[in-house]
Amino acid sequence: MRWSTKIAGRRYGFGDLKSLLAKATPHRSGDVLAGLAAESAEERVAAQCLLADVPMRHFLEECLVPYEEDEVTRLIMDRHDVGAFAAVADLSVGEFRDWLLAYETDGEVLAALAAGLTPEMVAAVSKLMANQDLILVASKCRVVTRFRSTMGLPGRLSVRLQPNHPADDLRGIAASILDGLLLGCGDAVIGINPATDQVSTTCAMLEMMDGLIARYEIPTQSCVLAHVTTQLRAMEQGAPVDLVFQSIAGSEAAQASFGIDLALLGEAREAALSLKRGTLGNEVMYFETGQGSALSAGAHHGVDQQTMEARAYAVAREFSPLLVNTVVGFIGPEYLYDGKQIVRAGLEDHFCGKLLGLPMGCDVCHTNHAEADQDDMDTLLTLLGVAGCHYIMGVPGADDIMLGYQSSSFHDAHYLRQVLGKRPTPEFESWLEAQGITMPGGRLASSTRALAEAPAWLGLGSGVATGGGEQ
Amino acid sequence: MEKRLFQAWTSARVAMGRTGGSLPCRERLRFLVDHARARDAVHAVFDPPGLAVELEGHGLPVMYAPSRAADRQVYLQRPDWGRQLGEGARERLEGARGDYDLVVVVADGLSAEATHRQAPPLLEALFPLLRGWELGPLVISSQARVALEDEIGEALGARAVLMLLGERPGLGSPDSLGAYLVQGPRRGNSDAQRNCVSNIRPAGLPVEAAAQRIAWLLGEARRLGFSGVDLKDESGAGGGLDFDPCPDPGRLC
Repeated sequence: MRWSTKIAGRRYGFGDLKSLLAKATPHRSGDVLAGLAAESAEERVAAQCLLADVPMRHFLEECLVPYEEDEVTRLIMDRHDVGAFAAVADLSVGEFRDWLLAYETDGEVLAALAAGLTPEMVAAVSKLMANQDLILVASKCRVVTRFRSTMGLPGRLSVRLQPNHPADDLRGIAASILDGLLLGCGDAVIGINPATDQVSTTCAMLEMMDGLIARYEIPTQSCVLAHVTTQLRAMEQGAPVDLVFQSIAGSEAAQASFGIDLALLGEAREAALSLKRGTLGNEVMYFETGQGSALSAGAHHGVDQQTMEARAYAVAREFSPLLVNTVVGFIGPEYLYDGKQIVRAGLEDHFCGKLLGLPMGCDVCHTNHAEADQDDMDTLLTLLGVAGCHYIMGVPGADDIMLGYQSSSFHDAHYLRQVLGKRPTPEFESWLEAQGITMPGGRLASSTRALAEAPAWLGLGSGVATGGGEQ
Repeated sequence: MEKRLFQAWTSARVAMGRTGGSLPCRERLRFLVDHARARDAVHAVFDPPGLAVELEGHGLPVMYAPSRAADRQVYLQRPDWGRQLGEGARERLEGARGDYDLVVVVADGLSAEATHRQAPPLLEALFPLLRGWELGPLVISSQARVALEDEIGEALGARAVLMLLGERPGLGSPDSLGAYLVQGPRRGNSDAQRNCVSNIRPAGLPVEAAAQRIAWLLGEARRLGFSGVDLKDESGAGGGLDFDPCPDPGRLC
């Protein structure tokens, strides 16, 4: 199908749906790099005007990535729920945007719709939405997931504790974990990115975290973010795997560049389920995504990076994850150039994931060669808090010394909970209070004996930690 | 107590204290200092003529071959242009074609500061280890990505290329140099065909140890006739983590 329109006497034409979507996308460096971006502001808005009139049904007729060539497309099409789609089947994309913002469209309505939406529909409507629209609609979505704690309840904000160490030193990692726990973080997951992808390292990390969680009865879960095949081998060796992690992407070829396919993810999920380690629920998968990964693998099929990102959420959805997060600024300025582009992308990803029914978190982050700094991160962090983001990262001082980028800190999480009146998961909140780490109301206790013997037990030394005090 | 216990085991920013739940001023300023250094490193001015003067003592002709990316802004957004030679550069290099075992390229990459600080002493340590090698001209390149070494080597007719360039600055490491070698430089080579020695800086892998490791890899690549993932570093030159082969080309290059 071909679309064209006239603005102030000038005609703009778009040859197919993927080019219309790409040209309608708010400006970002990755689409320019791919040669897909609109060439002028007017061309962009022409594409947006035309996109607003595209019937929602059209997305079921025109595949952006061929069905025959791509198992992600097949997943999207084969799993589409026509019954759920009926609520919006007669709308255009523009009408769908207005429908999403209507008072009557509440959390219940959106939850019932999720299975009727494809990633392409969701990406399309996001391109017509202002930042505030993305925030408002996302804030209406309700997605609740459980393993040893309950995530996504209203008024809650969780934190992935990310205690990485460049040499995978277990005691260095333990020091960061204790620091985070004493600052009230770690209720989403304690998740380590290993520097080297080895089964032995992975097992040692899992044993250490499992011991700590068991000893102090912490209502959380652990994860080592090694390659999924490494985690499968760890499970074969009897390692205590709570959650299985994997980076995923929006096309079969992009996933192949990560060394995965849908079958492998299914196999890993079955293996983790068989361990039956969840107490409140059995959502055992943890996925990470990020705009630009398909392009960087040369596997974007001429589709814009934001739409490819939304397609990754169809992969996530298939495996009922506990946690999904978009690592929004990690990839670098050739995909998201500056703070403005990172903020927009973070809001888009969170919105698209939530609308598709996913428990979305966000790694609010940037690298030193992007035109961004912690002030930009504060902005995105705050906006995502308002939008109801499930969780953010907690990295000591926002400085990941292994991955070499800046994320959000334990202090940032506390800021966000304070300013928005958000609390940890109910289970973790009770634990923090029982340990004397926080007081009712969420303030950190002025002094605590919590986890006092943990440093010695973890091999950090014989001293007794007295945490919680102000400087 | 917690501060000493935790900080003894990691250079992560642990036990920083708090005011309310927020970061104390001194820690905020410490972060700002490190971030400022990393940012300045990315945008530091690269000085090819100054570098040429510094490097001419090695007795090799020095040539200048910029990439197609004209400035920093373009470079950061067009990695593909950083992998192509700028106008006229290829012809100049082809004019100096020869029978070379190795061409060394010194480039800014993502930290000109790293190149200016580490490249001269590294070459000082490396060249004595390459006696008997037929070396081509020393090439200085600006706004360059790793894969530019392929086109440079191809134009000069070199059998191998070693490229030294500044790595993406981390918060605590604004001056880290990377070395990427390729046997059989050809446009279109993948990063899996390169070997990488990373984190070259006084607080990481010191230049002497880096030179040993690079010389060993170059020798093995020449002996085997290939470089890359199938060439494992068994040089035993310690001093850093195992960075061979290129750990995550997407991030470093």
